[in-house]
Amino acid sequence: MSSGIEIQLIAIIVALSCVLPGVFLVLRRLSMLVESITHTILLGIVLAFLITHDLNSPFLIIGAALVGVLTSWLTELLSKSRLLSHDACTGVVFTLLFSIAVILLSKFASKVHLCTDAVFMGELAFAPLNRLLVSGYDLGPVALYVSGVILLVNLFIVVLFFKELKLATFDPMLASVLGLSPVVMHYLLMTIVSVTAVGSFQSIGSILVIAFMIGPPVTAYLLTDNLKHMILISAGGAILNSILGYHFAHMLDVSLAGSMSCMIGVSFLLVFIFAPQRGMLSMNRRRRRQKLEFAKSTLLFHLYNHEPRVEREQSIARQLNWSAEFSLLVLQILKKEDKLRISADGVRLSPMGYEQLKQDQQAIFNRL
Amino acid sequence: MDASIYSAVEVEDLTVAYNSKPVLWDVDLKIPKGELMAIVGPNGAGKSTLIKVLLGLIKPVSGRYSFPDYQNCSLKELKRHIGYVPQSSSVDWDFPATVFDVVLMGTYGKLGWIKRPGKREYELTRSVIEQVGMSQFMDRQISQLSGGQQQRAFLARALAQEADIYFMDEPFAGVDAMTEKAIVVLLKGLKAQGKTVIAVHHDLQTVAEYFDWVTLLNLKIIASGPVDETFTDTNITQAYRGGLLNSKF
Amino acid sequence: MFDSLYELISNYTYQTVALGSLLLGLISGVIGSFTYLQRQGLLGDGISHSTLPGIAIVFMLWQSKNNALLLIGAAIAGLLAMMFVLNIVKYTRVKFDASLALVLSVFFGLGMVCMTYVQNMPNASQAGLTSFILGQAATMLRSDLYFMLICALIVLSLAMLYWKEFQLFIFDRDFAQSSGYSTSLINGILACMIVMGIIVGLQTVGAILMCAMLISPAAAARQWTDKFPSMVILSALFASISGLIGTSISSLVTQMPTGPSIVIIINSLVIVSMLIAPRRGLIAKVCQRRQNRINFNKKSLENVLGN
Repeated sequence: MSSGIEIQLIAIIVALSCVLPGVFLVLRRLSMLVESITHTILLGIVLAFLITHDLNSPFLIIGAALVGVLTSWLTELLSKSRLLSHDACTGVVFTLLFSIAVILLSKFASKVHLCTDAVFMGELAFAPLNRLLVSGYDLGPVALYVSGVILLVNLFIVVLFFKELKLATFDPMLASVLGLSPVVMHYLLMTIVSVTAVGSFQSIGSILVIAFMIGPPVTAYLLTDNLKHMILISAGGAILNSILGYHFAHMLDVSLAGSMSCMIGVSFLLVFIFAPQRGMLSMNRRRRRQKLEFAKSTLLFHLYNHEPRVEREQSIARQLNWSAEFSLLVLQILKKEDKLRISADGVRLSPMGYEQLKQDQQAIFNRL
Repeated sequence: MDASIYSAVEVEDLTVAYNSKPVLWDVDLKIPKGELMAIVGPNGAGKSTLIKVLLGLIKPVSGRYSFPDYQNCSLKELKRHIGYVPQSSSVDWDFPATVFDVVLMGTYGKLGWIKRPGKREYELTRSVIEQVGMSQFMDRQISQLSGGQQQRAFLARALAQEADIYFMDEPFAGVDAMTEKAIVVLLKGLKAQGKTVIAVHHDLQTVAEYFDWVTLLNLKIIASGPVDETFTDTNITQAYRGGLLNSKF
Repeated sequence: MFDSLYELISNYTYQTVALGSLLLGLISGVIGSFTYLQRQGLLGDGISHSTLPGIAIVFMLWQSKNNALLLIGAAIAGLLAMMFVLNIVKYTRVKFDASLALVLSVFFGLGMVCMTYVQNMPNASQAGLTSFILGQAATMLRSDLYFMLICALIVLSLAMLYWKEFQLFIFDRDFAQSSGYSTSLINGILACMIVMGIIVGLQTVGAILMCAMLISPAAAARQWTDKFPSMVILSALFASISGLIGTSISSLVTQMPTGPSIVIIINSLVIVSMLIAPRRGLIAKVCQRRQNRINFNKKSLENVLGN
C-alpha cells in the first residue's frame, strides 16, 4: 500500500469513529462540552505519558478517558451549585484542567518527544512512518490499527445501545421511567468521546477532533429528520471530506487535518445554502412565497371586513401600511386569479374570492 | 364603537404573523383614554403580541397604529410617554441588581443616552418604591423576592417611567392575594390621574371588578367596549370556543 | 528572598509582561462581566479560536509581522466568525452550541492550512501555532503595551459612558427597546468590545485560555456582590491581580508558562469565591441551613415547654 492510500484510509477511519458519537452530541446539545473534553484529555495524556514515557501506551487512552469523564462530572457538579451559569461552568473546568496540562507539559515533558505542537495539530502525514512489525513482517501503520479498534468499539456501542441512546437523547424522562438511566448513557457517551479524541489526536490533533465530530452530523442534520439516515449521511460526508481534504492538501502542500476540516466547512456551507428544505435559499424562497400567500388572504379578509364599504385601489396600500408596489403586486395576482373585481368605484371580492376567504379562515381558525 | 370617545391608541387593520402563521388577524381597535382596559382571551390568542406591537417590539405584516395625543412626536419622544410591565418570566432574575436598581431603570427612558440618573431620579425611584409598599426591600437582590414582590418591583419601574399610557403583560400572574389588591388600588390610582392602562389579564372572575373596559381577543377582536356591555356570556364563549367564523359562512 | 524579588521587579521584561497582564486583566474583567451576564462566555472561546485564519492570511499576503496589521486581520476573522455563528442559528435549526463548535473548528482548520502554506513559502520565519494557542507573553514589547493601554482606555471609557445602557440591555432587552434605546446599536458596541478584548489577550494568554479571562473573573466577582457596578469593578480587580500574580509566578519558577499560570490563579479564585463568599457561598449556605435548624428546634422546644 502506498503511503497516500494509507493516510486516506487512516483519515477515513478516524473520521468515521468521530461521527458515530458526534451525531448524538449534536442532538443532545453537548457540542461545547465536547469542545471542552477534547482540550482536557490533554491532561490525561500528559499524566499517563509522564508515568509510562511511551506515546503508544494504552494507558494514554485510559488516562484520557478518565479525564474526559472527570471533565463532564466536574462541569455538572459546578452547575448543580447554581452559583454559576452553565456555560461559565464549562469554561472554568476546561481552562483549569487544560492549564494544568500545559504547565505539566512544559515543566516535565519538554525534553521528551511529546511537544505541544504535536498534540494540538497532530501530523497525519507522519502516521504511516510508525509501522506495526510482528516478527519482522510489516503489517501496516500502527495508527491504522489503533483507529480501527476505536472505530469497532464505537460501532459496537452505538449498535448495541442504539435504542437506549436514542431514547436518552429524545426523551430522557421516559428513558429514566423505563429504567434506562440517561446518566449512564451520558457518561458512556463521554467515555467514547474521550477515547475517540485521544485515539485521534496523534493524527488530526486535539482541536480538529471537534470539527470531525460536529461538522458532518450538523450537516446531515440539515438534510434529514431520521436518526439512522443522519448517521449514514454523516458517515458518507466524513468519508468524502477526508478524501477531498487529502487531495486538496496534497495539491497545496498544506496541513492535512486542516484541509479536511476546511472541506467539512465547505460542505456544510453548501448544504446550508442549497439544502432542499432547510437550506437558506429554499427557506428564503418559502418565506417569500408564504409572505405573498399571506398578503393575499390578508387583503381578502381586509376587504371583507370593511364590507359593505368598497375600498379604492389606491387607499388599500395606505390602510394596510404596505408599499404601493407591494399592494399593486398582490392586487394584480388576486385579479389574475379572478378573486377580485376591480372597477371604477373600487375593489370587490368575486365569488371565487369569497370561496378562497372561507377556506383560508377555516385553515387559520381551526388550527387554534 | 362610540365616536365621541377620545382614544389613546388607535389600531387599524393590524395583522401580525410568525412565519405566515397569523397571530393577529386584521385587528381594528380603539383604546379609550383614561380607562383601565383588560385584554382577555385564550392562550395563543395574540394578547402579548398586540402589546408588543404597540410598543414597537414586533413589526406587523400589515396595518397601522397611532397614538392620537402624540401624532406630531418623533418615535423617541413618543416612547417617553409609554410605560411597560413585561411578563416577569422574561428576565434573568439572578442579575446583580437590587430592587432600587431595577426601579431606577424606569427613569432611563427619559434620560436618554449617556446621561446619568441624578438627584431627581433617585428621589422619584424612592417615592415609587414606597408607593408599591416595597420600601423595606429596597436593597434586596431581586432573586430573593417572592413572586408578588417581583411583580411590585416591575410595577414600580413602570411608575418611574412617568408615562401616560401603560402596557402591562399579565401584572397579576403569580402574585399573592395581598399584592393583587395592592396592584388594583394602584391601577385605580393611575386612572384617577387620567392615565390609560392596558393589561393582559387571565382571570375572568375579576375582570368586572378590576377593569372598566375589556377587549376580548382571539386572533381578531371578538368584542371591545365597557365591561358591563361587552363582557357578556355570548362574547366570552365566542372568544374561548375559537369557532369564530362569521355568521355569513 | 527580598533580593530575588527586587531583582524580579527591576527586570525589564518582567515589568513589561506584568504591566501587560495587568492591563489585560482590566480589559477582560470589564468585558467579561458583560459577556458573563449575557451567558455568552463560550462565544469568547469560539471567537478567539477563529482569529487564527485572519492572522495567517495577513501574514501570507504582506509577509509582515507588523502587530497592528495582524491584529486587524484577527479582528476581521473574529467578527466574521461571530456573524457565521449567529446566522447559522438564525437560518437553520442548528443550535447555538453546535454552530459555535462547527465554526470555531473550521476556522481553526482554515487557519492551519494558511499557516502551513506560509511555512512553505520562501523567507518566512515560522509564525508558530503554539504561540497563538498558548500566547507568548515573554516576547511582549513596550510598543505592545501602548497598544494595550489604548485598548484599555477605549474599553473603560465605553464601559463608563454606556454603563446605564449596558445594564438595561443585558437585564431586560424588551424594556430597553420600549424605553427608546436602539438595542442593535448597544449590541454592536458590546460585540466590538468583546472582539477587541480577545485580540488583546491573544498575545498574553493565547487563544484557548482567553476564554477563562472572559468567564472566570466575572464568575468570581458575581459571588461577592449583588450590585452591577461593583461586580464590574471587582471582576476587573480580580483579573488584574491574577494577571500580576500569574506573571510573577511564571517569572520566578523555571519552565512555567505565563498564560496557564494566570488562568490557574483566576480559576482557583472562582472556586474559593464559590466556597467562602458571604451569603451566596456554599459554606455560608451550610451555616445558614444549620442555623435555621437550630432556630426551628429551639422554637419547637419552647412550644413544647410552654404547653
